[in-house]
Amino acid sequence: MDASRRDFLKIATVGGTAAAVFGFDLKPAFAELRTLKIGRASETRSTCPYCAVGCGTIIYTIGDRAKNVTAQVVHVEGDPDHPTNRGTLCPKGSSLQQEIMNDRRLLKPQVRRPGGTDWQDISWDDAINEIAARVKKTRDDTFVEKDAAGHTVNRLESVAFIGGCTDTNEFNYLVVKAMRALGVVHLENQARV
Amino acid sequence: MSQATLRIQKISGHAGTVPGEDTQREFTVCKLVDTTTCIGCKACEVACVEWNDMPFSQTTFDNTYQTMPDTRWNYWNLILFNEHEREDGTLQWLMRKHQCMHCAEPGCLEACPADGAIVQYTNGVVDFQQDHCIGCGYCVTGCPFNIPKFNSVTKRMYKCSLCTDRVSQGLEPACIKSCPTGCLHFGSKDDMKFLAEKRAKQLREHFGYENAGVYDPPGVGGTGVIYVLHDATKPELYGGLPSNPTIPLAVKFWKHPLKWLGNIALVGGLIGLFAHYLRFGPKAHDEPDVASKEGD
Repeated sequence: MDASRRDFLKIATVGGTAAAVFGFDLKPAFAELRTLKIGRASETRSTCPYCAVGCGTIIYTIGDRAKNVTAQVVHVEGDPDHPTNRGTLCPKGSSLQQEIMNDRRLLKPQVRRPGGTDWQDISWDDAINEIAARVKKTRDDTFVEKDAAGHTVNRLESVAFIGGCTDTNEFNYLVVKAMRALGVVHLENQARV
Repeated sequence: MSQATLRIQKISGHAGTVPGEDTQREFTVCKLVDTTTCIGCKACEVACVEWNDMPFSQTTFDNTYQTMPDTRWNYWNLILFNEHEREDGTLQWLMRKHQCMHCAEPGCLEACPADGAIVQYTNGVVDFQQDHCIGCGYCVTGCPFNIPKFNSVTKRMYKCSLCTDRVSQGLEPACIKSCPTGCLHFGSKDDMKFLAEKRAKQLREHFGYENAGVYDPPGVGGTGVIYVLHDATKPELYGGLPSNPTIPLAVKFWKHPLKWLGNIALVGGLIGLFAHYLRFGPKAHDEPDVASKEGD
């Protein structure tokens, strides 16, 4: 078609008017969707704290770690790159967000004194100092240098160490070093990480 | 402007065409549920509630491991536990993930009178649009699986959305991702059917389940959720899975012949009225005009 400038303007005006009058609506072509709530959230890899399987998780937090944002957890799901679970999680693991975002979650150390019925808050420094003092006292009182046959053993049988499931190899290396230095023989751990 | 990226192919209660229908190439997505490897851990239930940020509601203990008797408006995904006693007296524990089946020919969409309240995307996902929903509950009548649930506070219907927010961004649904035994799979319908048939064949040939098969009912045009069953001849054992689900006849009759008849009656009536007017003219008043003028 050979249309002059005038023809083009005519056609455009008539066509535009027709579209406006008779309706040309693309709205029904798409529906309103919920947006992906983790679309631009930050991903942090972590380990599920529950059982010994040690599934890898991804913690999604709001914001892009910019200075002025306080990150908050919006979602937790399995880490597809983790060899243990490859993205899957059990029902307890799937509910991890509720464990993190929970009013009843303990966020500071507490102590229940001998004979006491309730828990009292204690600072980290006080807690660690008190534990150190008790370990020292227990060790001084019960350290075994020689067994019944007279062999030198240098062991501490009255203290045990129990590790958690999220303890890494590196952490456990340090645990063994520290505990063996005290003479602790009872080391237990459920970590498979 | 919405940030939607899923294109619609069917709209409930919609007069006229669906713009852009068949203009794009897209594969149909599908969930595969292998009931033979489900251990009933309910990770999918938790993942669903968690992802969709649904409020917690009280569970019901009914002497089984089942969380509650039926799905709720805020609980879209439920493992049904069924103890089935076989003919030889042994017990079989059947577990089935119960959720929206995302039918290719959805009864809910067919029954829905509200324009745009139920849509089907070109990838096969059937989704409720609560802002267009009028809460009439007709979708319940249309659904052969008893899925849509009413929220009495918002007066809207709710059901599994097949995580449209995730799927539209290229992610798998939350339930699929969580499943620790891998009894849930997600992919294109063709791939899932292939996997399902392969597993059913394995069950028939190596596990002694002679009737093992795939549940993909043709009565609703096939579903977006397909099952591998130990005994595909008796799907009812799995918490009342209908063996041949169809859109109820009443809904079909109501939405098609009755609608046409109604339209014909309406338009015919108007034409008749007009014809009558042309033939006989306006109604002649018996009283003389003078009488009415006297009354003024």
